[in-house]
Amino acid sequence: MNRAISIVKTFALWELLKGLSVTLRNFFRRSVTLYYPEEKTPQSHRFRGLHALRRYPNGEERCIACKLCEAVCPALAITIESDVGEDGTRRTTRYDIDLFKCIYCGFCEEACPVDAIVETRIHEYHMEAPGQNIMTKDKLLAVGDKYEAMISADKAADAPYR
Amino acid sequence: MSDDTVTIEVDGKPVEARKGQMIIEATDAVGAYIPRFCYHEKLSIAANCRMCLVEVEKAPKPLPACATPIADGMKIFTRSPFAIAAQKATMEFLLINHPLDCPICDQGGECELQDLAVGYGRDVSRYNDGKRVVKDKDIGPLVSTDMTRCIHCTRCVRFGAEITGVPQLGTTERGENMKISTYIEQSVDHELSANIIDLCPVGALNNKPYRYSARAWEMTQHATVSPHDCVGSNLYAHVLRGTVKRIVPRENERINETWISDRDRFSYEAIYSDDRLLKPRIKDGRQWREIEWEEALTVLAEKMQHASPDKIGILASPGTTIEEAHLLARIAEHLGTSNIDHRIARRDFSGQDDDSLFPWLGCDIADVERQDAILVAGSNIRREAPILAHRVRKAALAGAQVSFVNSSEHDYYFDVASSLSGDGLVEMLAGVAVAAGGNDLPDAVSELCSSVTANDDQKAIAASLTKADSALLLLGNIAGRHRAMSAVRALAAAIAEFTGATLGSLSEGPNSAGASLAGVLPHRGQGGAARGTTGLHAGEMLDESLDVLVLVNVEAGADIVSTDDAIGKVATQGFTVVLTPFESAELPWAANMLLPIGTFAESSGTFVNVAGTWQSFPGIANPIGEARPTWKVLRVLGNLLDAPGFDYVSTEEVRDELIAGLGDVRPDNSYGGTRSIAKPNGEDAVSGDIDTPIYSVDALVRRATALQLTVEARLAHGEGDES
Repeated sequence: MNRAISIVKTFALWELLKGLSVTLRNFFRRSVTLYYPEEKTPQSHRFRGLHALRRYPNGEERCIACKLCEAVCPALAITIESDVGEDGTRRTTRYDIDLFKCIYCGFCEEACPVDAIVETRIHEYHMEAPGQNIMTKDKLLAVGDKYEAMISADKAADAPYR
Repeated sequence: MSDDTVTIEVDGKPVEARKGQMIIEATDAVGAYIPRFCYHEKLSIAANCRMCLVEVEKAPKPLPACATPIADGMKIFTRSPFAIAAQKATMEFLLINHPLDCPICDQGGECELQDLAVGYGRDVSRYNDGKRVVKDKDIGPLVSTDMTRCIHCTRCVRFGAEITGVPQLGTTERGENMKISTYIEQSVDHELSANIIDLCPVGALNNKPYRYSARAWEMTQHATVSPHDCVGSNLYAHVLRGTVKRIVPRENERINETWISDRDRFSYEAIYSDDRLLKPRIKDGRQWREIEWEEALTVLAEKMQHASPDKIGILASPGTTIEEAHLLARIAEHLGTSNIDHRIARRDFSGQDDDSLFPWLGCDIADVERQDAILVAGSNIRREAPILAHRVRKAALAGAQVSFVNSSEHDYYFDVASSLSGDGLVEMLAGVAVAAGGNDLPDAVSELCSSVTANDDQKAIAASLTKADSALLLLGNIAGRHRAMSAVRALAAAIAEFTGATLGSLSEGPNSAGASLAGVLPHRGQGGAARGTTGLHAGEMLDESLDVLVLVNVEAGADIVSTDDAIGKVATQGFTVVLTPFESAELPWAANMLLPIGTFAESSGTFVNVAGTWQSFPGIANPIGEARPTWKVLRVLGNLLDAPGFDYVSTEEVRDELIAGLGDVRPDNSYGGTRSIAKPNGEDAVSGDIDTPIYSVDALVRRATALQLTVEARLAHGEGDES
């Protein structure tokens, strides 16, 4: 009996029609393809992308060189050197993140007691020469300055859950 | 079992303890940890932090373990709910006023309060009122203060009062207003004062030069040995990515207990001084030219091979390791010269054949504090060997009669039995010798003591040494640098013999003993074997016109006192090569070739301290520029000179070869000199430079920035007391 059904299905091209029915159904669905980079998918405010160092509204660096991010970093991507700053406070003299080593886990952001190091939603960046994978303190601060509005908005959005 | 042993119970386990011992000592001995802040085993008991509260059966209230003496049958509960509740309550009170600035605090990660807060603190504070803020004090260039963090354990106060004897820190006011301060604005500047950094359980007192430069958890700890004085204090260097960040004490009851001098703690700064010589250099005419190591050593080897052996001189500092000393001695032997010496701080070589095998303390360092009488002669002991001075002070506090015969008066902060000071060191000691021996004096000193009568002080000193069960006569570095050193030593030996005291001496640098053993001496070879021909000693070497002069880690101008105008005389030598970590202002003028060598941190080696203890240490820091460990430079030089057997691969190999060659050597301070010594003729007058200031003793210390800012250093440089 089963054999007879199988023969009928084979000659009626049943499997083919079944497959084409999926195609037909999707033919009338709304397209999900995005025209990147003109179009982009929505992002969570918790997205972990390129790092940034933030400043206080008065322009003072937030980072106090406590090195907790360096200690917590599972990929050993962060290197910090510190010294007494011009105003007598604890400051970094070097703050490097190796983007090739970084695994974007966000632990540095979690460890930071002053919300200085953050991972922004920026994920579109590239390097053109060896060495550019090192985000120096100046580069990190520049990212922070440029995207401060986005960073503080994301922080505010996440605040109720903390 | 002696009578005063009692059995107590700690957390249900029977423990034997001494009656009257404090609970915390007994629990520490069996490893039952009780949290504490103010208790420190080297300090007196204050019982003011209340962290060590424990439950004792039948006691209505929790008792402080550090201040409760043990009684027979006591039942102690260190972890009972009652005890834990008391400890947690204490912690809550301590944290009320402690700031939450752990992320910027240098103590973070090694803080006793932080550690205990994890175990005994609450997650959230119940205290909502204002916190106490205390103004920071400036207590000098070595110790930084953040007094808001202070929890008033008073360890620093007790350290000042009990260990240094100078109560420079104290408490004012009481209750919440209590403050630790210096009473009046002044710096804390005893030579051991920086130990309060280690004592402070929180971040209130911290290391100033190290401030904010690293975190406790990221550094690696390496054992090393102090390169400054003859004690050889045990140190730990904390190293971050090949850079020495700070030095802390390594506990060794036999040598430095838990203390180190400020000199040992802060001299590491010099490793990163701007003066570091980075590349070998040679002088072509009047121009200096940087050259490669290979070329430099080839030139040097050629110069040495073409020079006649008696026209080659080698002067090494007493800071050279025993491996370097051994290689130098071997190179000298291969070249056929005996002109090799390390006694660059000595002025009187007339009695060098009567020298002991190596300068020896006469006893172990820890034994100094067990003496009943000590006579310190010709020594500014607090500056020469601060750790030994502390042992002497401990002896004095325990009741020993400590006397001084010195070129000038110093403060000792304990009751000195008798103190003689003045120019005539020989005359004063002769008086003591007369008082001790009467007319029965040995030939060596009979002329020195003729027509000398003992005054009351001298008689008292002699009597205290004679009466004591164990007495020690210490000759210091001022005696060693004295122009009438052989007279001083002969008198000291005579006094020691008459009074039954042990004769001991301090020595220059960390390794005078090692250099003597290895044969860096013109009259003796390895292990003290007499040389066939006696070479030129440090006092006369520079007066000759040598073809090749090798200075190892010696800054001629500042380090060589064995002859006047050393730097000028160095400049007249045929070809002077200087192995030095630093480029000083005068060296390029006087030398012909400069070779950069590593400091103690960059090179492995061994120091033999004044008690004859061999202490090896590894190389711990990355070399600066092209600086190389001295032993490696000497190894290559030996090979270029075709000396046999210079294929060492490590300093251990060099050291073991030397140990095998030395065999069984024993220190012996007995004085065999019989030659009658004439009265000093003007040599007894002490020149100002006989006492090297504590922060000028070697090239490292002279470049340690923080140490040079201390009151002691500024006074020595004639800048006056500005504090």
